[in-house]
Amino acid sequence: MDTITYFKDRFEKLQEQQLDSRLKSLRDGAFSAFEQTGIPTVKHEEWKYTRISDFFSKDYHFTTDLQEQQFRATELQPFLLPGHENANIIVFVNGHYHAEHSVLRSEELEIISLEAAAHNQYAGIVETHLGHSADYHKDGINALNTAFIQEGVFIHIQKGKTVNHPVYIYNVTDARSGNIFAQPRALVHVGENAQVEILETFATIGADESFTNQVFEIAVEENAVLSLYKIQNDAANSTIVSTTHVHQVGKSVANVVTISLSGGLVRNNLNMVMSAPYCEANLSGLYLQSGHTHVDNHTVVDNRQPNCLSNELYKGIMNGHATGVFNGKIFVRQIAQKTNAYQTNKNILLSGNATVNTKPQLEIFADDVKCSHGCTVGRLDEEALFYLKARGISEATARSLLLHGFALDVLEKIGSEDVRQYVNKLVTASLNLG
Amino acid sequence: MLSIKDLRAGIEEREILKGINLDIKPGEVHAIMGPNGSGKSTLASVLAGKQDYEVTGGSVTFEGKDLLELAPEERAGEGIFLSFQYPVEIPGLSTTNFMKTAVNEIRKYRGQDELDAVSFLKKMKEKMALVEIDQSMLSRSLNEGFSGGEKKRNEIFQMAMLEPKLAILDETDSGLDIDAIRIVANGVNKLRTPENGILVITHYQRLLDYIVPDFVHVLYNGRIVKSGTKELAYELEERGYDFIKSELA
Repeated sequence: MDTITYFKDRFEKLQEQQLDSRLKSLRDGAFSAFEQTGIPTVKHEEWKYTRISDFFSKDYHFTTDLQEQQFRATELQPFLLPGHENANIIVFVNGHYHAEHSVLRSEELEIISLEAAAHNQYAGIVETHLGHSADYHKDGINALNTAFIQEGVFIHIQKGKTVNHPVYIYNVTDARSGNIFAQPRALVHVGENAQVEILETFATIGADESFTNQVFEIAVEENAVLSLYKIQNDAANSTIVSTTHVHQVGKSVANVVTISLSGGLVRNNLNMVMSAPYCEANLSGLYLQSGHTHVDNHTVVDNRQPNCLSNELYKGIMNGHATGVFNGKIFVRQIAQKTNAYQTNKNILLSGNATVNTKPQLEIFADDVKCSHGCTVGRLDEEALFYLKARGISEATARSLLLHGFALDVLEKIGSEDVRQYVNKLVTASLNLG
Repeated sequence: MLSIKDLRAGIEEREILKGINLDIKPGEVHAIMGPNGSGKSTLASVLAGKQDYEVTGGSVTFEGKDLLELAPEERAGEGIFLSFQYPVEIPGLSTTNFMKTAVNEIRKYRGQDELDAVSFLKKMKEKMALVEIDQSMLSRSLNEGFSGGEKKRNEIFQMAMLEPKLAILDETDSGLDIDAIRIVANGVNKLRTPENGILVITHYQRLLDYIVPDFVHVLYNGRIVKSGTKELAYELEERGYDFIKSELA
């Protein structure tokens, strides 16, 4: 059975089960988009260096088939992030939202299923924002997630409220009995003048192959502040396609930091859509890879209104046979005068077998803008290494000090002290190259 | 303490040092002067163990050890310090962290315990005063955005922290105004003891007004062609390097 037939069969069953769903027509549209485009191959311009199609030649269990979940709360233990005990917790297992493992601590926050939100007072928000990322991803993998939306999560942050406890999202894949294809889905609505900090991570249990195709859409209203930290430190048998689509509906601030430390294959799509004047977006990323891992960061900053500011800083340290991709698109629409958009991507290759493909893409249609971009791919600075060694510092320590120093300005973008220290520890550990 | 015999070294088949002989005893300050391209900085780099240079002959012993057999970090552990002509900018590493690591790695090399935080801070404060450096500079990324004078002061601060037996100052005066030279030289002078040696490498005599050498050597075309006392430096300043060249001709 080919991929499309395989999914079509499951899709039809899902639609039959949920005849009353308000999400039905959204799913229908998405599935026909999937049928037309399919799983993107390396022939697709946006997927030139990242090959995910191989996974679909294998016999994947599909999440809707798994009625019985073996997953128990204690199994989350090894993956807990610092500050867990004070956080609002959202757990997805194999793409399904698990209410019983989730914890709500903040009354400023509401967490319900997308299906429920589509039928209650949030119906308007859901209709406006759910699926908005499809405008930016003309490929089957994004459509495939939307086609199978059923137990996604809707997170609402009340206007005027600062959520005192951060929101931790665990995307768990349980691959203990068969290959897993998981499709977590969430829509977050950050109300006017609200503030929220979200931390998410990915974890695979078991030795079979896991593929997570996540779509996470966030609408940020006037004067709201969103901080999102994405930590990817998953197992070698995992593949992650993580699409984060931030729509700045009103003048707002969005900070997103993506840390990719390990995992078999990681593809991050991060979109910052600035639909109001004077929006600010900060996008930072650090990827630190070794072995045969692959990490791909595709970012889009879409300046749709004047006077927006975006700062983008991505850094990579690649060892072994690791491969990396950075693709940074900046659109400045004709109306978006006085745009300030800055982009930097710097890479250090520690091994002759590691590679990075980096590509800035600026499409500017306004004439009064400040845009800059720069990318470098190089080796560890020998002069600097000698300088440290001449002060009595061993080769290994000198290397890790230099690499840590290189990564530091990205780590400093993490606003939460707890998280920053945690990530710093992970980074330091993986930089102890011996 | 340092004995250089017929040292030959070069880079990519080009011989730069063509047989250097030099002895430094504890408590002595030696100056090496010479025109551009004579091999001054090469000598400093070879002594510190920079890999770019290949030693093709001769020997260097430091307190009885074959220095050329040691890695740069081991040389530092033995007590050799090179003040760089062009200190490298290191983003994301503060001088404080740098020095904490360096001091403790050297202590480890010598079989000593790590310095505790209190002792380290005390030592930092003491040495900061020596080179008129303030805390804010030490918290910044090492040398990043520092002026020429700040970089050289930071080098001397590092020297003070590491308390080397032999300090090699490679063109420490280059690019500095007279006030900065005075601060740097004062720092160096305060670190002079009867036990340690200093090798000052410079193009100009003016630094030697502040760091007064016991011996002055003229390096020309990869060899020490003339040695004398501090008066030789004045003579060079007055007559230029041409008189050496004509003497040799």
